[in-house]
Amino acid sequence: MRWKKNWKYTLRNKNVLFLLPSLAGVTFFVMVPFAKVVLSSFCTAMSGEFVGIKNYATVLRNSAFRLAAANTLRFMAAGLPLLLILSLGLALMIHRKPVYDRYKYLYLLPMAVPAATMVLVWKLLFSEQGFLNRALGTHVDFLGEKSAFLILVISYLWKNLGYTVVLWLAGLKSIPGEIIDAAKVDGAGKVQVFFKVTLPCLKGSMFTILVVSILNSFKAFREVYLVGGAYPQKSIYMIQNVFNNWYVNLEQDKLAAGAVLLVAVLGTVSFLLRRQWDRED
Amino acid sequence: MNKNNANRWLSWCMDKLSLFCMIGTGILICMPLVILFCGSVTDAIEWKERTAPLLLDNQGYISWKWIPDYPTLENYKELLFYAPDFLVLFWNSIKIAACILVGHLLIGIPGAWFFAVYQKGRGVLFFIYIVLMLLPFQATMLAKYIVLNSAGLLDSEWAVILPSVFSTFPVFLIYRGFRRIPAELFEVARIDGANEWTILVKIGMPLAESSITSAFVLSFFEVWNMVEEPLAFLKDMSLWPLSLFLAQIDTTQAGRACAASVITLIVSFFVFGIFKDSLEQGIVSSALKG
Repeated sequence: MRWKKNWKYTLRNKNVLFLLPSLAGVTFFVMVPFAKVVLSSFCTAMSGEFVGIKNYATVLRNSAFRLAAANTLRFMAAGLPLLLILSLGLALMIHRKPVYDRYKYLYLLPMAVPAATMVLVWKLLFSEQGFLNRALGTHVDFLGEKSAFLILVISYLWKNLGYTVVLWLAGLKSIPGEIIDAAKVDGAGKVQVFFKVTLPCLKGSMFTILVVSILNSFKAFREVYLVGGAYPQKSIYMIQNVFNNWYVNLEQDKLAAGAVLLVAVLGTVSFLLRRQWDRED
Repeated sequence: MNKNNANRWLSWCMDKLSLFCMIGTGILICMPLVILFCGSVTDAIEWKERTAPLLLDNQGYISWKWIPDYPTLENYKELLFYAPDFLVLFWNSIKIAACILVGHLLIGIPGAWFFAVYQKGRGVLFFIYIVLMLLPFQATMLAKYIVLNSAGLLDSEWAVILPSVFSTFPVFLIYRGFRRIPAELFEVARIDGANEWTILVKIGMPLAESSITSAFVLSFFEVWNMVEEPLAFLKDMSLWPLSLFLAQIDTTQAGRACAASVITLIVSFFVFGIFKDSLEQGIVSSALKG
């Protein structure tokens, strides 16, 4: 109901002209064709016959899709908390000692490094005859084993640590010193101050940090693709790989159903995040 | 007294620990970059010696020296003067990036302005924008293919430029910048008779400058790092951006690959160096609730 009113309000406002170019583009390039994708997800690829939810059933039963979905979830489950905790730790250190402040630029630097460049370094470091094997005296193809997953998580951390540190720092700096002083006067220890005062105050920054981290976790696919091609090591076979392969093989029906599923999942996640966010207000 | 001492000792430990962490992380972050640079000034012959074990199955290791025996700029010279395809792709990247950034300037900023000032971030549309921002490229790949195909734009630069122009991430970042400006300022301008466009250009944009800059810098990195889009929509290799070219060079040409990487990096570090303060401030204002 509220949303319906919102629509009307949006459209009646003459300032909607500001949004028009952007909205037109998004509608033309994404929303309208996506509606077509939704339609075609209920049809066969070739003849366009209506088949109901058969495509969805096929996709959900597809072993490649299941493997990839599990891997992507595993990657997020490992990467996101690690990134958030490590960067919060570093941000707290920098916040405690403002001398370190100027070094945070160094931490932002990896953002500017293209994936293809990183992959070259990966190959030198982790290939069968690479530096890591030299140091360990072994001959393991780290990129072709389960360790590829670990390398992927590390490279995700490497790339996004600085960005997340800066985001946390912004949150930390916005906490008024008086609140913390007041807590100290009331006899709270350092640990207590952190968990009872600092952390709740940081909740506001969490939304952006989470959204950006999820967004960037999907970008780790570039490294996967550049190092492993269409069929990388099993543990880093991502949902994007499946979609890409369906695209290349012209399996439109599966791709359509998969895309609708992915959008539904991410839409739900953002809806929940946003509701949480609004409740904080 | 004793407690005080213990506290001081603990604090000293914390200091040392954080120093150690900072330096450690710093080294880990810089290491890959140093490796690339050192590799790029090593000539082909020396690389051949180093990577010789690759040709003998599973024996020996790639050897490594931080400082090559005969440091040389030969790799750079070769790329810049004797490899015409490299320069073509380099300019492709610049061209694509320029078009997308101009698009964001003309289309993204007013969009963000609308959401920030007239909608205060509420409404279904803004929610849709956030979802679109979160989606990986592959989720909308088929949709984009359908449009580009029917518009006859496949296999042209526009296939990668146009969809990216309407990316919603910059809208979100710039929106955050606009939200941080007190609404009273706009109110005052309105009372003085300024129209909405004037307010955007004269008040909104200057005050949200760091957010706008950071959105631009991040978009630039994004374009400079483009892999999936050209791979899906561009068959003609002469239209590819540099980021894909890098991936094509194999390790047998390690010196050239390193040099190409360093050149690519220099451009983005250059952008980073110029805008690093605004970039940081922009990221900061994106984190704060407003």
